[in-house]
Amino acid sequence: MEPTTQDAPGTTWVAVCPLEVIARESGVAAWVHGEAVAVFRDHLDGLHALSNLDPATGASVLARGIVGTRGGVPFVASPLHKQPYRLSDGVCLDDEAVRVPTYAVRLVDGVVQVGPRRT
Amino acid sequence: MSPTHRQRLVVVGHGMVGHRFVQAAIERGLTETHDVIVLGEEPRPAYDRVALTSWFGSGADALSLLPSGEYDDPRVTLRTGTAVAAIRPEARTVTLAGGEVLAYDQLVLATGAAPFVPPVPGRDLAGCFTYRTIEDLEAIRAAAAARGTTAGVVIGGGLLGLEAANALVQLGLETHVVEMAPRLMPVQLDDAAGQTLVRHIEKLGVTVHTGVSTEAITGADAVDGLALAGGERIDAEVVVFSAGIRPRDALAREAGLAVAERGGVLVDEQCRTSDPRIHAIGECAAPGGRMYGLVAPGYDMAEVVVDALLDGAGTFTGADMSTKLKLLGVDVASFGDAFATTDGALELVYSDAVAGVYKKLVVSDDGTRLLGGILVGDASAYGILRPMVSSGIALPDNPEELILPAGRGGGATGVAALPDDAQVCSCNNVSKGDVTAALDEHDCEDVAAVKKCTGAGTTCGSCVGTVKAIVEDHFAKAGKEVSRALCEHFGLSRSELFEVVAIHGHRTFDEIVEAHGTGRGCDVCKPAIASILASQLNGHVLAPENRTLQDTNDAYLANIQRNGTYSVVPRIPGGEITPEKLIVIGEVARDFGLYTKITGGQRIDLFGARMEQLPTIWRRLVDAGFESGHAYGKSLRTVKSCVGSTWCRYGVQDSVGMAIALELRYRGLRSPHKLKGGVSGCARECAEARSKDFGIIATEKGWNLYVGGNGGATPVHARLLAGDLDDETLVRYLDRYLMYYIRTADRLQRTAPWLDSLEGGLDRLREVVVDDVLGLGSELEAAMARHVATYVDEWAATLEDPDKLARFVSFVNAPDLPDPSISFEVEREQIVPAGPVPLGARIPVGTPVDAAPVSGR
Repeated sequence: MEPTTQDAPGTTWVAVCPLEVIARESGVAAWVHGEAVAVFRDHLDGLHALSNLDPATGASVLARGIVGTRGGVPFVASPLHKQPYRLSDGVCLDDEAVRVPTYAVRLVDGVVQVGPRRT
Repeated sequence: MSPTHRQRLVVVGHGMVGHRFVQAAIERGLTETHDVIVLGEEPRPAYDRVALTSWFGSGADALSLLPSGEYDDPRVTLRTGTAVAAIRPEARTVTLAGGEVLAYDQLVLATGAAPFVPPVPGRDLAGCFTYRTIEDLEAIRAAAAARGTTAGVVIGGGLLGLEAANALVQLGLETHVVEMAPRLMPVQLDDAAGQTLVRHIEKLGVTVHTGVSTEAITGADAVDGLALAGGERIDAEVVVFSAGIRPRDALAREAGLAVAERGGVLVDEQCRTSDPRIHAIGECAAPGGRMYGLVAPGYDMAEVVVDALLDGAGTFTGADMSTKLKLLGVDVASFGDAFATTDGALELVYSDAVAGVYKKLVVSDDGTRLLGGILVGDASAYGILRPMVSSGIALPDNPEELILPAGRGGGATGVAALPDDAQVCSCNNVSKGDVTAALDEHDCEDVAAVKKCTGAGTTCGSCVGTVKAIVEDHFAKAGKEVSRALCEHFGLSRSELFEVVAIHGHRTFDEIVEAHGTGRGCDVCKPAIASILASQLNGHVLAPENRTLQDTNDAYLANIQRNGTYSVVPRIPGGEITPEKLIVIGEVARDFGLYTKITGGQRIDLFGARMEQLPTIWRRLVDAGFESGHAYGKSLRTVKSCVGSTWCRYGVQDSVGMAIALELRYRGLRSPHKLKGGVSGCARECAEARSKDFGIIATEKGWNLYVGGNGGATPVHARLLAGDLDDETLVRYLDRYLMYYIRTADRLQRTAPWLDSLEGGLDRLREVVVDDVLGLGSELEAAMARHVATYVDEWAATLEDPDKLARFVSFVNAPDLPDPSISFEVEREQIVPAGPVPLGARIPVGTPVDAAPVSGR
């Protein structure tokens, strides 16, 4: 049931939802290629896709975190223990050694699509 | 040299000073060598006579200095209701009123003082009272309540007289004060200060007569009025004498001990009487021939005698008679050489008749040193000024700035100028150096920690402002900022934000952050503002404008667990539940395969629900008549109860009924932190109400209200706010207390630390809630009435709203796919999360995010 589009060889994009389903400064969880992905929309309508798994606990919850800014940089706070992860690259702002995997994400005709894992 | 056998120490008198003596004896190890017998004449253990007037509002329990009725040390025996008839120094015995004879090795007299009743005709008529003991107050209250009593007169306009006048006002009597001297508080105030005080007091409806003496008290067998010199007459049915006190030295006189010319047992610098085995302390003693009618010098004498009995060298060489107090709601302070009796002393006066403020500084002839002063209407500078007198430090170049209104005066420069040995807290003898040592050497991080560590500000609370200023000054010098800012996005504290939101009528986070903040918020400020908006507007937490501000618990109206599933807690008010409802909970748990556990708050927690299951689970629960239990919110959780008079043979009130009423009243109330309550049906306290933010314990006359308790990592017992309340008054005080807390507490600050941080502590809270000194009462009650009127069950409302329900899906593009990362094992016949507990997952409760430790990876 995953509507997919073939972009370039080896690149599969999965349509997740219309943009308006994701409230500004929040996230949703999506099922992409057998993995849970958290898709966030920041205050400037920028889209970011991170693994939904919280590195600290392994729980599939990051999409439910509060989205805010630290020094102007958008981040999500884990809903379990509040560790802050930068939306742009998944790096933990309190400990740069910890990093959440990120995925490619784009908006096509008002629909959010998630692509392959980037990091 | 230590004695080879145990000695017996007898203490005559169990007032404040006698009690302090026994405490010091235990703390300093005197009971290692001495058995102590304390003989108290009054029927109850020592109580706080300084706060006597608060008995009307909060009852005897709140005043008690020894609520358990006995000391923890088994070598101390307290006998109350035991009067002493005679002392025989040569036989080393005391004879009790009942004839029993007790031998002593050492004797300490702490018999206190008695009210002086001037020899006025009619002073023995029914309706004449003194103002010294709880029994006096009970009698005055009964007389005030009697049919036909409309007016009362206090004879004496000193400290105690004005306290007594306050009591008569509280009892609803038309109140007069008659003072022979030309002004009120003649010992502490000058004429101008006295006049300022009169203007304040007359606004409260008290009529003040100064410079006039009482000719006679009139009446056939009960008082009907007062005849004043000059022919004036006051109609009144109650007369309270408060014309000073006299040392109770009769026992000592009859035993042949030396007494002072003006009364009081004559003692030397070690408080030893003319018999070396007998010491005298407090108001019955006259060190160097002078008696001291304040409690602080009495405490000093108690310490001196304990020291002497331990072969120490402590001496009592006089006392600081400085006074600061609140009389009928008016700040009054007098300290040092208030009357400028020092040669060449100069006076600096600031007076604002409109605001009712009078401040006078007495400085040395060269203007370099502060000698004393008087403050009426605004005594906030007292904490800075009094230590300047005792330490003798140089005044700043413009000393008048010390008494100019706030904003133009010295403020923090004042505390910076204090030397380390300046005494900050006179109740517990804490110096500025002790406060800074607590910060440097004991790692105290804030005022609350300093209070706990040093004891400063824990008795009368008047120095807390000064302690706070010292802490801030010290941290500022160390380059450490004491910021009350919520987070990087808001420079304001939570309570400041609360006021700003109320004043401007903001309704959304966007409005607030644009007007008062920077950036786009974070996981600290967003939930805090969501809570403030919910407290003020009571909108749905999942309304579109609020939804993204909520922590995940509020965002899904359930409690997240470590594997990302949620637990569900329906409200069970007061812990009372029908079998039918209990069965529904069981069926829901069984049908959804949930782990089930009874909570500490007398309800049932269902664990292991996937987020997408929550609406279906709640559909079943709501249909059966359940509501959200708000176990997920910083809001009222439960009001725990014992079974009370309904079933229990000891119960004196319907505690279950009260708990249910309160839980239903405050359900859904968003607050700075979680709120818990408890109601016990009798003093056995089976509901553990005193471990709650508000605890109510039934009495035969009504309810005692305790506030500021909690369990958890730092357990605190709730403390008595008011006693013997009827249902209506109880609810009114609770409304005010909870709303005042919600308005003024910091983020994630529970009621106990909030109460500690209030300047003036519990007494201040009592002024606000019971005496309504801020005039906020009706506003706070209206805010609570608004909450009660607009409450809706947020789970029922969510089930009715497709937009809110749309978010309860596992994956936005695969709403029916259960998250495969969630799995369970079975333990003791129930599900539990599969896999090991992740190591290092610490929960930094209440710690700002930037200070929180990063959990294991």
